[in-house]
Amino acid sequence: MSANEFYSLHVNGKPMPVQDSWVGESLLYVLRERLGLPGTKGACEQGECGSCTVLMDGDAVCACLVMAATAINSEIVTVEGITSDSALSDVQRSFVEEGAVQCGFCTPGLIVAVHHLLEKNPQPSEFEVKEAISGNICRCTGYGRVFAAVEATIRSRTEAK
Amino acid sequence: MAKSSTVTKPRGILGNSALRPDGAHKVQGSFEFTSDLHAENMLWGATLRSPHPYARIVSIDTSAALALSGVQCVITADDVPGKPTYGLISSDQPVFAKDIVRYMGEPVAAVAADHPETCRRALALITVVYEVLTPLTEPEDAIAGTFAPIHPDGNVIRHQRILRGDQNISGPIVVEGDYVIGMQDQAFLGLEAALAIPDPDGLGLHLHVATQWLHEDLTQISACLNLPADKIRLTLGGVGGAFGAREDISLQVHCCLLALKAGRPIKMQYSREESFFGHVHRHPATIFMRHHADAEGKIIKIDARFVFDGGAYTSTSPAVLINGITHTQGPYKCDNATVDGYAVRTNNPPCGAMRGFGVVQACFAHESQMDKIAAAVGKSPVEIRLINAMVTGDPLITGQIMESVAPVARCISETDAIPLPEPLGLSVNELSLPGGSGLTASRSNIVRGIGWGVSMKNLMYSEGFDDYATARCTLKDGVASLKFATSEVGQGFVTLAPQIARSVLGVDEVILEPIDTQIGSAGSTSASRQTWMSGGAVDGACRLVRERLFHHVGLMHSIDPLRLVIDGTDVVDQVGTFRITVAEASDGIEIIETFEHHHRATEELDENGQGNCHTAFAFVAHRAVVDVDPELGLVKVVQIATAQDVGRVLNPLSAIGQLEGGIAQGLGLAVMEEIVMKDGKVRNPSFTDYLLPTALDAPDVVAVMIEEYEPQAPLGAKGIGEPPCISVTPAIVAAIRNAIGKNIERIPVRPQDICL
Repeated sequence: MSANEFYSLHVNGKPMPVQDSWVGESLLYVLRERLGLPGTKGACEQGECGSCTVLMDGDAVCACLVMAATAINSEIVTVEGITSDSALSDVQRSFVEEGAVQCGFCTPGLIVAVHHLLEKNPQPSEFEVKEAISGNICRCTGYGRVFAAVEATIRSRTEAK
Repeated sequence: MAKSSTVTKPRGILGNSALRPDGAHKVQGSFEFTSDLHAENMLWGATLRSPHPYARIVSIDTSAALALSGVQCVITADDVPGKPTYGLISSDQPVFAKDIVRYMGEPVAAVAADHPETCRRALALITVVYEVLTPLTEPEDAIAGTFAPIHPDGNVIRHQRILRGDQNISGPIVVEGDYVIGMQDQAFLGLEAALAIPDPDGLGLHLHVATQWLHEDLTQISACLNLPADKIRLTLGGVGGAFGAREDISLQVHCCLLALKAGRPIKMQYSREESFFGHVHRHPATIFMRHHADAEGKIIKIDARFVFDGGAYTSTSPAVLINGITHTQGPYKCDNATVDGYAVRTNNPPCGAMRGFGVVQACFAHESQMDKIAAAVGKSPVEIRLINAMVTGDPLITGQIMESVAPVARCISETDAIPLPEPLGLSVNELSLPGGSGLTASRSNIVRGIGWGVSMKNLMYSEGFDDYATARCTLKDGVASLKFATSEVGQGFVTLAPQIARSVLGVDEVILEPIDTQIGSAGSTSASRQTWMSGGAVDGACRLVRERLFHHVGLMHSIDPLRLVIDGTDVVDQVGTFRITVAEASDGIEIIETFEHHHRATEELDENGQGNCHTAFAFVAHRAVVDVDPELGLVKVVQIATAQDVGRVLNPLSAIGQLEGGIAQGLGLAVMEEIVMKDGKVRNPSFTDYLLPTALDAPDVVAVMIEEYEPQAPLGAKGIGEPPCISVTPAIVAAIRNAIGKNIERIPVRPQDICL
């Protein structure tokens, strides 16, 4: 490839230079293959499955649908940036403890989507939870344990207050 | 690369909800799936596929692709040094098509280049001249012999009949139907991926791959590469789901060939579109079934004819056929049967393993039939199933005696006892009606229905195949290490194996060694078999280690080893006061034992379909409640109640996850999932057009685990992976019929099947 573009993205609170990139690369590809952030997963490349969900200026987006070079002025948060240290977030802990993880391929996208939901709506109804994660396809769990994980997170946050 | 992972707290023994050892990595995005692997100096590989279902290859010109900057090599059928074909049962599928392409998407060439985009451009520069032929797309044409063979092995892959009892008997009640099952895709989320790293001497390689069965892959790869098996090492890369689609070879041989030719590591990963062409699917099938019953509704005889469309290559079609026809009766007594079954070759995409493996198709037919018998004799769906329910000791239509625990009546009764959901009130949230946020339905139009499905499913492999599993246990200084080649595809064997070791050996810490071919085969992660088979192997290896530990302790402390037992994390003299921790007992020593678990022998069917062909069975009942919008033909599955025969629950959290996940896949087949074919061409190879259940489609699942210890199973536990997705599909369709009063004999049920 003739690849000599240079730009910089702002990911997980840090500026990250993107070197030797072809300008047609998606944000998903650049995160995974150029910035060493493989936590964001690709499974459909059409914005249908949500495996590549990241936050872009606070909105949940599918990284496969964003051209990386158009994201230079945005704050991007990936699953690797959901917590500032190596400890699990309450959402992540609930996913493990409630059995919401099987193969785990959809999991990073779901973690980002659930963090985003609870940030915007701390007390979602059951229907609001379903709607918020309806763009994240999980083929293993049938979603039952995912709902349980979201409920457990909401419960623990309520009790902590 | 795969690393050893240390499993510590919380202490999880058998019966507890131990947590996944890979859970933290998976929620943080740091778990390494195969598609996340990298190697220094790595190139990307990609596959050129046929756009035609059936065509003669006139010429292939790769020169322009080779001339493209960044392209390292291009390979075709001429570059396969060993066996030109592969296959699980019959080696009839070319690594690359040479003269003929037999399905849309068949591999023709592959390239290695410096960037995925370079690969795409190189593929576009390969010129293949085809002479397009008229494809064989109708399975009945394959059976009738009216179409010239599309493959040297002929157009019928396998024909088998079952003749049992009185062939001419009938009864006062006769019901029949012609059932049609569409082609379902496994649709795992983690796309096919592999990384092949050639050895520095160029004489061998190391393949990291997402697969269900490392050793079977190794055998097939070795033959195609013409390399001895000891020159090829396979390591399981992180697997993002499987459901049957990773049992066959997909990109394995291509990736290895490119790596050997390029002399550099090659990574391949499919796109979603390519994945639809790159793996086998669930067989579409047509099934005629006629039941003869007495006036009470007891089954007297079943006549059936099955046709499974195997597509262009054999894959596991012969075994799928046998599974289908030997489950004609479902979980019901039946003394007389006339069954004819075909698996045929067509120019449709190859079909093979998917969760349920032939039994899904049979179950849709027999459960639809049970409701017809019930209607004919004026009984409820529950009554008709209870009076026909099979018990342990009953003969099957193959003559095999049901030796497994068979709590069929209990599955039905305990499902029936689960409360129904609240009736559809007038003040219902419209978003929860069929059509959802489209707000296409008004409450007054919606009708509710209830339906039933009950199933029997064989566990493990059949027809004389010894699908054994191997495991090694090492105990050193109070820490156990386990080594096995069992594919972890998400089902949770990596959770279960340490639970077994903790229970048997009284250790806390269990290390899982890399899952690779540096030990004997574990068989495939399929057929609901790994808890039984690999679980049995880990249990056996741990027991051998425990025996030697007791011997060692006995010698050191002058106690008869037969008096020693494990109590928690201690070694205890059960008739004395002696007690030391396992850590102390194993201090400074190392005990290593390997164990192979084999299941009971099975045999092939004879020409009349008689023989002890299956290993064991499991049962489940499902009751579905659905809301239907009859005008638009939209369905909302409200609740699934289920009671499943599990033998023994080894991990409640894993078990409920299998039940709920299987139910969602069965729901998909019932109302939305179908690979749409026209003239041999796939019309919807994407997640935009192939619809999968989302969180909004998920019903409330109320599940009961029926625990009746299975004495034949090493841990008392039956496999639980497949049953959840089998009878839930007919239950949902029965509920739709119940709601709208219309006979539907096709799945998936499409809106037009309801409203037109």
